[in-house]
Amino acid sequence: MRYMLMMHAPGGSAGGDWQINNWSPEDFKAHIAFMHSFNKELTSAGELVGAEGLASPGEAKVVRATKGGGAPAVTDGPFPESKEFLAGYWIVEVDRLERAYALAAKVSAAPGHGGAPLNMPVEVRQVMSGPPTDA
Amino acid sequence: MAGSSERSAADHALHLLRELAPQVLGVVARRHGDFAAAEDAVQEAVIAAAEQWPVAGIPTNPRGWLYQVSMRRMNDHLRAEMARRRREDVVATDRFANEPFVPPPDADLGVDEDDTLVLLFMCCHPALTPPSAIALTLRAVGGLTTAEIANAFLVPEATMAQRISRAKSNIKASNVPFSMPTDTERAERVRAVLHVLYLIFNEGYASSVGADLQRTDLSNEAIRLTRAVHRLLPSDGEVLGLLALMLLTDARRAARTDADGQLIPLDEQDRTLWDDHLIAEGIALVSEALSKGSVGAYQLQAAIAAIHDEAARVEDTDWPQIFALYGVLEQMSDNPMVALNRAIAAAMAKGPAVGLELLTALDTDARMRGHYRLDAVRAHLLEMSGDHERAVIHYRAAAERTMSIPERNYLTTKAARLAANQRGSTTNGEE
Repeated sequence: MRYMLMMHAPGGSAGGDWQINNWSPEDFKAHIAFMHSFNKELTSAGELVGAEGLASPGEAKVVRATKGGGAPAVTDGPFPESKEFLAGYWIVEVDRLERAYALAAKVSAAPGHGGAPLNMPVEVRQVMSGPPTDA
Repeated sequence: MAGSSERSAADHALHLLRELAPQVLGVVARRHGDFAAAEDAVQEAVIAAAEQWPVAGIPTNPRGWLYQVSMRRMNDHLRAEMARRRREDVVATDRFANEPFVPPPDADLGVDEDDTLVLLFMCCHPALTPPSAIALTLRAVGGLTTAEIANAFLVPEATMAQRISRAKSNIKASNVPFSMPTDTERAERVRAVLHVLYLIFNEGYASSVGADLQRTDLSNEAIRLTRAVHRLLPSDGEVLGLLALMLLTDARRAARTDADGQLIPLDEQDRTLWDDHLIAEGIALVSEALSKGSVGAYQLQAAIAAIHDEAARVEDTDWPQIFALYGVLEQMSDNPMVALNRAIAAAMAKGPAVGLELLTALDTDARMRGHYRLDAVRAHLLEMSGDHERAVIHYRAAAERTMSIPERNYLTTKAARLAANQRGSTTNGEE
């Protein structure tokens, strides 16, 4: 079964996205090392289908087609009502839903400021498959 | 060990295929005049060879083998085409219909070095967009399979197949004959070829997508193809310049990333890791190019790379000369990235204030608006000048804007380090 793990990071204010302006270089280094070893682990377990990190939400645009086929509306930023933004995702191939939960929990606790776990919300969604085979 | 000898047999077969595929394509395309169909036929033959050779062994005449299989595919294609035409009640008079198409395996195929050049000219046709030209060049001239190219550019194979087939139909529609362009066209086409090779190298050296900073498969391929062009046009100064630039840049590859794949900038690299052989070869090439008297953009960039590579320690770098060379380059090409690099050289040669002054001209350049490199360079120069508070702001802005994960990590770390120092010094001040 395939699941998409969507990692939501705390959005910016004075502290910047992820509150990263308060992080020390060591905090940041630890965070990158954590993500590296997480990805390595997924790869060597044969569970990684795909993963992407997304550019800063400051570069995001929201596009919406308008009624009657006029010019589409393009607005800056991610959805303004959300406090968190999608920072990246993994697609994993696992045997059980519990394994997907365990992976999500692990990445949720990635280290942040002062090495403390970020406890980010990670949305877990099953990826739909093709039509059932005739067997 | 069985595993490693199998691997090396497969590697050897692939290596050979990449060498032979464009030669065979050149002959098939010249005989039939239909580049698109010939390319399909040779690609099918290459895929068949890649499956069979590592297992059954490399045939005694691998080029003849590839040629025969390609011609068989070509013939199938022509037969199908003629049947279609017959159905449409068109008289089919095809000059290949009565020709015995399979030569004896040891026949001289009339492989002509110029064919490779014609192929390159065709693939780098100005009518094609750069992504199409790159894909087609890698497949037709580089002998890479669609799957390999797709993998190198991190796109699905179906997407890459579509891109290549679109490129071929564009070529077909443009009615370019499979022949050497006229002398006047030729210089223009060589420029287009070099640009495509440069883009392939850059994509390999500084990946614009994904988490990996370098895709050595692509930069190696670009170097191999540029060497081939250099063999065909040995006295062309810009070909020499581009090859030198690639070698002098590639020489630093091992020092450019750390064990975790993180970016190490030029001034922090362990220079003992640089490849002396590549540097020596690159310097010889650029000296040869410059001795010819013609000065082109690739030669100038190669000369700058050579000055960096000649400095055993970062503080030995001859910045005044680099500054002067960027000045010449800026006159030749209206490229804001050159202006940006010239500002860095100015800062190193004459102090950060001079560099920052040069940057202000770029603030109004629409091409640089919102580009992370402008913020990154400004941050660096501000840091040099001691204005750490503003440097942090620009490092952070650059980190937000870059699309490369290693660059973002590098810039974020720079900002974090300066900010931490500042916090440290403020606390000390209060005590």
